[in-house]
Amino acid sequence: MKALVLALALSVQQVPATELPPAEEARAQELMREIKCMVCSGESILDSNAPMALDMRRFVREQVALGQDDDALRQALVDRFGHEVLLRPPLDGRTIILWLTPFLLVAFGGALLLNSMKRKRVKA
Amino acid sequence: MIAEIGRFLIALALLACVAQTILAWIGANKGGKGGKGAMADAGRAASEIAVLAGGAAMLLLILSFVRSDFSIAYVAANSHVDKPLAYKIAGAWGGHEGSMLLWCWILALFGMGLAKIGPLNSALRSRSVSFQGLLQSLFFAFLAFASNPFERVSPAPIQGSDLNPILQDPALVIHPPMLYIGYVGLSTAFAIAAAGLVQKSNGRELAGALRPWALGAWTSLTAGIALGAWWAYYELGWGGWWFWDPVENASFMPWLLGAALIHSAIATEKRGAFPGWTVFLALLAYILSILGAFLVRSGVITSVHAFALDPERGVWILGMLGVSAVAGFTLFAFRATSLGEGDGFEPDSREAFIGANNLFLAAAAGVVLVGTLMPLFVDALGLPTLSVGAPYYNMSATPLMMAAVILMPLAPFLPWTNGGAKPALKQLGAAFILLPVAVVTGAFISFGAPVLAVVGAALGAWALAGAVMDAVRTLPSLAVRSAQIAAAGRTIAHAGVGLIALGAAADASRPVDQNVALAEGESVTVGGYELTLEGVRGIEGPNYIGDRARLLINGGEGGVIEPERRFYVAADQTTREVALRAGLAGELYVSVGEARVRENGVTAFEVRGAYHPLVWMLSLGAIFIVLGGLTALYARIASGAPRREGKAQAIAEAAE
Repeated sequence: MKALVLALALSVQQVPATELPPAEEARAQELMREIKCMVCSGESILDSNAPMALDMRRFVREQVALGQDDDALRQALVDRFGHEVLLRPPLDGRTIILWLTPFLLVAFGGALLLNSMKRKRVKA
Repeated sequence: MIAEIGRFLIALALLACVAQTILAWIGANKGGKGGKGAMADAGRAASEIAVLAGGAAMLLLILSFVRSDFSIAYVAANSHVDKPLAYKIAGAWGGHEGSMLLWCWILALFGMGLAKIGPLNSALRSRSVSFQGLLQSLFFAFLAFASNPFERVSPAPIQGSDLNPILQDPALVIHPPMLYIGYVGLSTAFAIAAAGLVQKSNGRELAGALRPWALGAWTSLTAGIALGAWWAYYELGWGGWWFWDPVENASFMPWLLGAALIHSAIATEKRGAFPGWTVFLALLAYILSILGAFLVRSGVITSVHAFALDPERGVWILGMLGVSAVAGFTLFAFRATSLGEGDGFEPDSREAFIGANNLFLAAAAGVVLVGTLMPLFVDALGLPTLSVGAPYYNMSATPLMMAAVILMPLAPFLPWTNGGAKPALKQLGAAFILLPVAVVTGAFISFGAPVLAVVGAALGAWALAGAVMDAVRTLPSLAVRSAQIAAAGRTIAHAGVGLIALGAAADASRPVDQNVALAEGESVTVGGYELTLEGVRGIEGPNYIGDRARLLINGGEGGVIEPERRFYVAADQTTREVALRAGLAGELYVSVGEARVRENGVTAFEVRGAYHPLVWMLSLGAIFIVLGGLTALYARIASGAPRREGKAQAIAEAAE
């Protein structure tokens, strides 16, 4: 019985291996790091072991092997899955607050700090 | 019967918390003799009843797990007769209802702690016990009405559906309690701050009263987060330890604010600087803890760490968040002026550096908050959805934290208020420090590390060398023993920050991870090790079956490494059990995935091989920070000054 369950559990699938030269593999992994695994929760396809991540990794490797450039590859994924697929949000109307936040917070906090620094004090 | 007693105990604890809130409040008023009368004592007694009832409920739940009583829905959902005993016990806090009970009980423990060893001013103490009672009541009500762990299921299933197998792990047995002591412990800072605002307490007194509580909670939170990161590293099977995942962010925001708080409270207590900011942080840190609970448990976000999702509960938690936030911030808006205003200080004073460190830590927390909530807002506005992931945080929060690390080694050498950078730099011994920084930076560049990692490594060396100089110069010069212990705590914790920066930089510069399919006899090379798959055989555990791969290591000391892939039958889940080979230079990390049949009929197994250089520095750094926090806490207790005052007060009270 257990053997049967095991056979069912360890699914056997056919996957042709695409091997890339080291430089292209590094570029592919750099891209994978910023692409979200669509069935996972916030993990990149580089990190996930979900079957879909496997498929998406294979897609990226194929495209890199074909000499597709980074932006076109990202665009192809966005066309298919929407902007959610990119872990690094693009700079546009929706995300402007996101990219301005660090600067606004530091400016605001810095002003507060300067204000408390300049308060009158008794020279020791 | 046990379940019914458990339900009764939870109801009793809720009543005790409500009584604690009311009695301690009356006790804190003038009519109640400003915290010294019978009402305040009754409030303390109520806090003890809440602890006893909550603790007994916790024990009964554990007992139900040990007995595998599947007539209780929560036990049935999180246990299995074949599960090892330790994980049966840990199952008591492995799911939503049980972890909520633990949360409530820890809240009550802190309430009792405040009543016994809380602020020395008895009116302030009684008032903070009352506020803590309010926070306890909110959560016990949630437990009793929307998350009861003793809910029966009928008919009772014959077998349980098992605890999520990736949670069946030693680190996960202690991770939630540590994390909760941290999250929940920040409630004490909230309660003391709110009580102080009602009492119109002076900012310095308030900062002194809440500092040890915040320090203890933050130290525990650090340990909890570190355990979670360690667990993710070896259990999730791909060797990452920090993902900027929403659940991690939920714990990281209170951590960042807690780190800011324990530093600003020093400046406020010792020099009266930033009184309003310190109190504001004390309120905000706990609010963000509840926000974290909401994000994790409501199901509004999904994550690798989120295990208990239910939208209805989200509404409850949102309600508790609203009540706490409105109460805290309304008080702050009306009463902040009574905290007093700090005097000014020079830009090269210790206050200025602590202030700037607070600025960067709080800004980093703000960035994490906006990044975590942004996808929710965009979705709610009906705009096309987007993801905010690690690439964003590495460009926003990481530089802010790096800025804080740049300032960290300098601050201990700077005099308060009037400042003086020159003598401080001389004391710091800039030459001693620049050498290790140059060596480490050069080493990372020569290994071809990415830019962010080189900067991180340089900062790590700077922080570590600075902490060593701090220890060498400051410790012998201090005459008072408690001051010496406190300074030792500081240097240990700051050294830990340096170690973590170095470890993180080294891990970010690791060789490319290998993810390949290997048939028997084939090999893959990673980090100078050649791994050859010798064979894969079936294995059988207590509640799982699986495969164990055997790989020969060629390189280093050689030997074999045996990762596993397990299938937990009852839970119907597959996990990867990573095999690790630790060394001083780095750690070899191997996991095995599913089998594939190639076109020529040969079976190959997916193997992930990675090499993590200096990864032990991350663990050691976390241990240092926790030890540093504990040392500083001990110094506070050993200093005697506040306690002696307390004893004198107690004697005076007894004499009355």
